[in-house]
Formats: sequence, structure tokens, C-alpha cells
Amino acid sequence: MGKTQVIVGLGSCGIAAGASKTYNEFERIINTDKLEINLRKTSCIGMCFREPLVEIIDDTGKYLYGEVDQARVDEIIDKHIKKFTPIPDYIVQSDKYPSKDQEFFDGQVKISLRNCGHIDPESLEDYEARDGYKGIRKIANENISPEQVIQHVLDSGIRGRGGGGFPTGMKWKFARNNQSERKYVICNADEGDPGAFMDRSILEGDPHGVLEGMMICGYAIGASEGYIYCRAEYPLAIKRLNMAIEQARVKGYLGKDIFGIPGFDFDIIIKEGAGAFVCGEETALIASIEGARGMPRRRPPFPAEAGLWKNPTNINNVETFINIPWIIHQGPEAYAQYGTEKSKGTKVFALTGKINHGGLVEVPMGISIKDVIYKLGGGITDNKKFKAVQLGGPSGGCIPEHLSHTPVDYDSVNATGAIMGSGGMVVMDETTCVVDIARFFLDFTQKESCGKCTFCRVGTKRMLEVLTRITEGEGQEGDIEMLEELAETIKDSSLCGLGQTAPNPVLTTIKYFRDEYEAHIRDKKCPAISCKKLLTYTIIEEKCTGCMACLKGCPTDAIVGEKKQAHNILQEKCIQCGVCFTRCKFEAIHME
Amino acid sequence: MRIQRLKPARKEELLLGEVDLTLMEPLLEKYKDRKGNMIPLLQGTQEIYGYLPKAAFAKIHQATGLELNEMYGVATFYAQFRLVPAGKHIVKMCHGTACHVQNVTAITDEILDNLQIKDGETTEDGLFTVETVACLGCCSLAPVMMIGDETYGKLSPRQAVKIIREIRRSENN
Repeated sequence: MGKTQVIVGLGSCGIAAGASKTYNEFERIINTDKLEINLRKTSCIGMCFREPLVEIIDDTGKYLYGEVDQARVDEIIDKHIKKFTPIPDYIVQSDKYPSKDQEFFDGQVKISLRNCGHIDPESLEDYEARDGYKGIRKIANENISPEQVIQHVLDSGIRGRGGGGFPTGMKWKFARNNQSERKYVICNADEGDPGAFMDRSILEGDPHGVLEGMMICGYAIGASEGYIYCRAEYPLAIKRLNMAIEQARVKGYLGKDIFGIPGFDFDIIIKEGAGAFVCGEETALIASIEGARGMPRRRPPFPAEAGLWKNPTNINNVETFINIPWIIHQGPEAYAQYGTEKSKGTKVFALTGKINHGGLVEVPMGISIKDVIYKLGGGITDNKKFKAVQLGGPSGGCIPEHLSHTPVDYDSVNATGAIMGSGGMVVMDETTCVVDIARFFLDFTQKESCGKCTFCRVGTKRMLEVLTRITEGEGQEGDIEMLEELAETIKDSSLCGLGQTAPNPVLTTIKYFRDEYEAHIRDKKCPAISCKKLLTYTIIEEKCTGCMACLKGCPTDAIVGEKKQAHNILQEKCIQCGVCFTRCKFEAIHME
Repeated sequence: MRIQRLKPARKEELLLGEVDLTLMEPLLEKYKDRKGNMIPLLQGTQEIYGYLPKAAFAKIHQATGLELNEMYGVATFYAQFRLVPAGKHIVKMCHGTACHVQNVTAITDEILDNLQIKDGETTEDGLFTVETVACLGCCSLAPVMMIGDETYGKLSPRQAVKIIREIRRSENN
């Protein structure tokens, strides 16, 4: 009989949900009761909506438990471990028990996330036990030339997963063809799109996979040094990458003549970003590694020609690199069997917003948005009406409900006006105001603009002002047209992707929800009942207990009434701040 | 534009006076001759003092020859760097998309109201600095805030204020 394994998911989001406490509780009981149990750690399996997650593997099978807080730990130890009776109510996945969450796993094809949630990310042995470092070994053993490696990557059809969608093999080819003493590989781990966290999950869950992808790239283009540019907001990712690099150096997987390939020296250095969204743009990222302000520059010359310290450089995103070892090991055909004609393979999406199963899913390209949201995502929270989905973060756009049959591949998504981006999918329901969302993204890009190009610097500011006044009920006739004009000008006259795409959220929401803009401007109404300044607050007499909480919180003394008697709001004094609504414990404040 | 993030220094901070610059020696030794060392040097300095003291810039300049204007440019460009000391607890309110959709703004307003400060400011007693930040990457737990290394998810305005109050209580004891 093998030792029972208890594996706790300790990714950043799991820890935020209390997984460390869960782990400690297991450890405490195992020690006090002297249980014969192998307690282990893993990372995020993507099922964020059921965190903290604990997997139990014993002689009878595998059981994944969800929402394991301290109380459940005690119960699981008592029933499952000591009495061998699993608790079906808490099980979210197991071949023994059907779970209503099973649909979250059906339809997923895990290539990028193949190891996340299955290995201890701090263990090199775990990685190797699941075909780790077999891609680079295959190159060494079968004497595959750099050109052949590039051909494999080309044949797989993989395109840049950071958002641009440029064929990865082509990029490598350019870098290979530029002759230079020094070349560099850079892994872009500056995941800045609010609403996307697949790179964090991969770095935390499978750091060796990223290293191996970079090694293969280094071999293919002829580079001896790699940099991982990781944002400082991901401390756990940085910690695990550092551990992985150290382990690889000790094993000789990084250093001189690695994997016995004569003349192939390769080492990897981590650079911590200092907080600038624009550094996700490759020339800005290079400037930042060089120690300067992260400002983009004109291309050409492209980094493949003159990148880091003017040497040929190849930059790929984390998700791109993690696919490479798999492609080399399994063969490009295996990868190309998934996806559509022009978008091969799988893509990871971060499902967030008003969705039941928030988390990370990996699906073959070409599946429809609707299927992602309803089949894997479990539909909209509280049975509300699905309104739109924001794809591609601040650079992307809003795809409305009537286009939800759109397949997720680069070209179909682009045709809607959105972009694939890094794969953040923020789901909005009928209570989300699209004008406010557009304003939110503009606020973000406006703050993050590096200030180099005038239209991006000033234009986004002007657009933000117009959007703000629309959401505050001060919109004027002609505002929509002004937004459209500014948007086109910014797109045309910005150097980098940030400016070129910043107006997308505004343009797509105007395109699909023009009536909502008009309602804000002409009728001074927010159809989604979301923009505070456009609402009228009243008190529902029957629900009000006269607790005085709203009255005390009101900054303008607009609420009157006696203790224990229903209060009243004086509309002429009300400034629509919404404090009464947040303070009320009895849902007695009505908004319309 | 990014440079607007710079907050004017408060009077007491200007009078705050000296910091022990010798603490920087090992850092300077490590990075002195490396290519692209400016950001790691500033990050390391901030690690030591919690912010970038004016005197530290001069010290780095002496040791490495990096230009003051370039360092200042970099320090004001990146969100991570502060030129004034922050509170003991830094409360990071996530204003990423998912948190925004889940109405984090109401929570931030409630916290700021409770602490009687504005976004980016520090409380009088120096205990809390509240900052709105872009995505913390815990989107499925939105709305989220981070205090120190601890992340709190699925918050309501009331819960968030309660957490702040508890920290204050334990500090006062």
C-alpha cells in the first residue's frame, strides 16, 4: 500500500483564498496524530472559483476537494483519511464521484497548463517525471539542428501568445539569420493586462517549463544568454523562478555545453520590472532591462536585428515559451492538430467578472466564446443576462452577446474590433455599464501612457475627460463623434501598441452599444443602473428599520428621519455619492 | 502620463533628515560595474529605506557615475518607486478590470473615508498608506486588496474596513 498523498494548491490566488492556512492545518494534524501521509504542494490548477483546493491520492483513486478551509480539513482527515470514506459533497473532481463542476474540465486541452496543479513547482524531479527537459534532450540526442528546430516551430503554427499573434517560428528565423557575436533571448513576463493572470499561473506552477522553452529558443537562434523580465507584483513567481534557475545550474542544465550539446552555453537571469504597463511592449521592455525609462522606440530596426544592447534579440511571452518543449517533444503535428487553419494549438483564457466559474481554462483555438462562457465558465452569476465580454484587456474590445458565436482565433476576434490579447476574458452582465468600462480602460491607458507620443499622451487624456463627463451626466451632443475622431487620430499617430490600441475599448463599445452612450448623454440615464451620478436614490419604507446608519454616513445631510422610523432622502440635497447604499444592511435603498 | 504619480513631499519629510548611507555599501558593491544596473540599484535602495531618500541618489552617483537626472527620470517613471516614506502598512487596492466590475471603487472610497486620507496618501499616525494599483492577478477573487504580503479577496466595503480596524487595534496594543 502506497503512502496517501495530500496535495495542497499553493498558487498566489490559492494563498489569497487561505490555502496556506489549509496547508498548515494538515501539517499540524499529521504531526500530532502521527499520520503516514505525504503532504505536498502544488500550484494553481485553474479552478479559482473553488479555492483552496486539495487533492488526495490514495490506493483507491484521486479526489480533488474544493473550498477546503480549516473546518473541512478536520472533516476530510477524519472521514476520508482515517475512515476511508470520501466526502462527495466537497469533491469537485474525481473519477469515482460525479461532480457538477466536471464541465469545467471537459473540453479543455492542457498543453500550456500541462503541469500546473500537477507538480510541485519547486521540484525539478517532479518536472522531469512529467516529460520535463525531454524537448531539449531530444534535440541533443537526435542531433536536431537549429534550423530544424525553427522548422518544427514553424510547422506547429504557433503564434505569439502575448497578443500580437506573430508567427513564433518567423520571429526566431529573423533572429537566427542576423549574424552577431552576442544574441539574447527574452521572456516577457511583464503581464500587465488587468484581468489576465495565465502567465503568473504558469510561472508559479511550472517554472522549469519556461526555462526549457527559453533554452530551446537560445539553441535555435544562437543565443547564450536569456533574460526573464518579470513584474515585481508577482513575488511568488520570482521566488520560484529563482529556485528553478538555481536547481538547473546545479544540475548543469544551465551553464556550459548544456545537455551535452557541444558549444551550446546558456544561462538565464531574472530582471524585476518596476511597475510600468508599457514595458510589455518589446522595445520598452528592452529599454527597461538596459536600466532606462521604459519608453518604446521606432521599429524598424526590430529587436531581431538590434535589440538588447543593440544585439539581435528574440522576445516571446511566457505562454509562448511554455508550449515550445511540448512541441519539440511531441512533434509539431501533435500541436497543429488543435485549432483552426490560421490559429493553431490551444489558448489559455482567464475567466473573470460576472461568471460562475472564474479561473483559467485552456481550450483549442476556434471554440466559440459562448461555449467558453457557458460550458466551461458555468454561465453568468446570479442568472443575470449576459451582456458582453471584454477580450484583450485595455488594448482589446467589447464583444457583445449577439456576436458570442465568434470563434476564438486571432482573425475572427480581430474582425469584431477586439483583439485576442493575452487572453483576459472579463464577462459583463446587464448591470455592467459599458460606458463606465470604456472610461475605466481609458483611465488605465491614460495613466500608463509613457508620454512620448503627443496623441497618446494628450489624446487619451481628452478622451477620458469626455467619457468621465458622459458618465457623470454632463455629456453633450457631439461627444460620441469627438471620441471617434480622437480615437482614430491616436491610433494613427502612436508609436507603440499601447497607443495604437488604447481607443479600442471605446470604439467597440460605441460600435455595439451606441444607444447606451446616447441614453447617458441625452436622457441622463444609465441603462445598466451603474453610473452613480445618474441615479436617483430612494428609501423603501417597508424595509427601512430606522437604524440611522445611512443618515450618519450621508455627507450632505440629505437623509432625515427619527430613530427606529423609516428615513427619507431629500433629493435636492442628494449628491448621488452612494454612501447610503453601501451602509444599508437591509437593502432598503433603491436605485434607479 | 506616468510622471503624475509623483506626490509632493510633506514638510516633515523634508525635515526628516539623515539616513544611514553606509547600509547601501553591499548593494553598491554588488551592482557597481554591471550593465543595466540602475533599476536594481534603485530597487535595492528602496528595499533598505522603504523609499528613495534624496541623499541616496547622490551616493549612487558617486559610486557608479550614473547621472542624477537619469536616475530621477527612472525613479519617477516607474510606479514602484517612492520619493517619500510610506506608512507602515501599505494597502494596495486592486483596480484591475475584474475588481472594477465587482465594484472595488466603493470599497476604496469606504477605506479612504475611514482613514480620512486620499488615494496615495499616508495616515497621520504613519500606519497606513493606501494606493490603488493595477491588477494584482487574483481576478477570480475580486474585489481584492493586499496589505503587506497578505491578499484579501471577495471583499465587501464593511469587511475591508474591519480588516483595517483590526490591524490598527493590534498595532495600538
